[in-house]
Amino acid sequence: MSSEQISSLFQLMLEHLPPTLKLFGFTLLYAIPLGMIVALLKMCRIKPVSWLTNLYILIMRGTPLLLQIIVVYYSVPILKLSPNCPEGLRGILDKVDIQSGGYMFRMILIAFVLNYAAYFSEIFRGGIESIPKGQYEAAGALGFNKLQTFFRIILPQVVKRVIPASSNEIITLVKDTSLAYAMGYMEIMYIAKKQMSFYSSLVPLFMAGLFYFAFATLLTLLFAFIEKKLNYYK
Amino acid sequence: MSMLEIRNLSKSFGSLEVLKDISFDVKKGEVVAVIGPSGSGKSTLLRCINQLEHADSGVIKVCGTDMLIKNGSGKTVYADKKTLRDIRLKTGLVFQNFNLFPHMTVKRNITEAPVCVLKKDKTEASKKADELLKKMGLETKGDSYPCELSGGQQQRVSIARALALNPEVLFFDEPTSALDPELTGEILKVIKELAKEGMTMVIVTHEMAFARDVADKVIFMEGGYIVEAGAPEQLFGENASDRVKQFLQRFNS
Repeated sequence: MSSEQISSLFQLMLEHLPPTLKLFGFTLLYAIPLGMIVALLKMCRIKPVSWLTNLYILIMRGTPLLLQIIVVYYSVPILKLSPNCPEGLRGILDKVDIQSGGYMFRMILIAFVLNYAAYFSEIFRGGIESIPKGQYEAAGALGFNKLQTFFRIILPQVVKRVIPASSNEIITLVKDTSLAYAMGYMEIMYIAKKQMSFYSSLVPLFMAGLFYFAFATLLTLLFAFIEKKLNYYK
Repeated sequence: MSMLEIRNLSKSFGSLEVLKDISFDVKKGEVVAVIGPSGSGKSTLLRCINQLEHADSGVIKVCGTDMLIKNGSGKTVYADKKTLRDIRLKTGLVFQNFNLFPHMTVKRNITEAPVCVLKKDKTEASKKADELLKKMGLETKGDSYPCELSGGQQQRVSIARALALNPEVLFFDEPTSALDPELTGEILKVIKELAKEGMTMVIVTHEMAFARDVADKVIFMEGGYIVEAGAPEQLFGENASDRVKQFLQRFNS
């Protein structure tokens, strides 16, 4: 490939970076709070709630993300056509416009959020359970109520403890966004594959790899910085 | 006036009875030391009074307020949530392992509860924290984090933290058991100072000499029972029961 071709290829990839970033950002935005809620539900003393949450986590972690994306994506059109679909559900599904431009992104995002919330929840649960019982007892003896204890005493300590495991998960997400390519979502992988065929060259794939690599490395540095910042106490 | 009244308090963990028919009073300004072998129920007793364990039966009255009572049908019940919380604020608890909040500075450890729980003004709470730190000989440590302090310093911070809520009774659960002998001395000195100021205290301890010097009353527990209770002169004297003598002998040898 000529240097002009490479330069225009780079330009093209840069133009397709925002969809990748959008999927990455929105997944984190929803999956992290949802993961915290799922973690608390799994630790819930009401057994059925804990079991159901555990079943959800088992399914999300036990099946491929790609399969989940495909299931979520096609669930709406297939259920709409199914004669067995309950009327109540059909009413809701009919409101979903599968022709609209945002439909694809929303469905992919739902699959990513559900999957990543399950992984985050296990990280958060581990973090919460690693806080010594004495912290709760000290807070209780000082008159803090449950909400104050969680948000002022427990959560800040959990954040520090879950940063290393979470950063691992977040870096995996950078690369997992490429799975959206399978649904025709126009992110970096999608354009790389297309340009590969167009030029009959591996350079576009190599370049896509560099994009992911740079992004992941940037995050690695960022998390190393955050970890260092949070090292003011042990 | 009685700051603490306990009658027939019992508590089991499953089939294991850890507290059996415990009764005693603590008067205002009194210092009570609870001694006895490990597993005798001393800590559980303190934890029941501080609502960290659920007692099975009996009566507990703190500062004249009913905490655990027998209701009309003879069932043992706790007071309502608000009363329980009010009681918590009248009592302070110092733990064996300090349990300071590691993510907060020393000063924040002390001011957090007054500001969040008592809704005190921040500057006022900060002033009070400075006073308490000075009293504990830690006036230069306000901005440090607990992990930067020695065990003895951490325990003094945790005493300051408990005092910041102006408790009427202060409980100590083996406050020196996690400390080496040198650091133990500094904590015992602080507790002696508080005793001089008239603070009402209940101290679970293995420091026999300290119990004898500071306490107005000593309670010896074993197997969930109070075996003997009385003035230190009595328990540490010739007329103590054989079991108490036998227990104390090991400390004197």
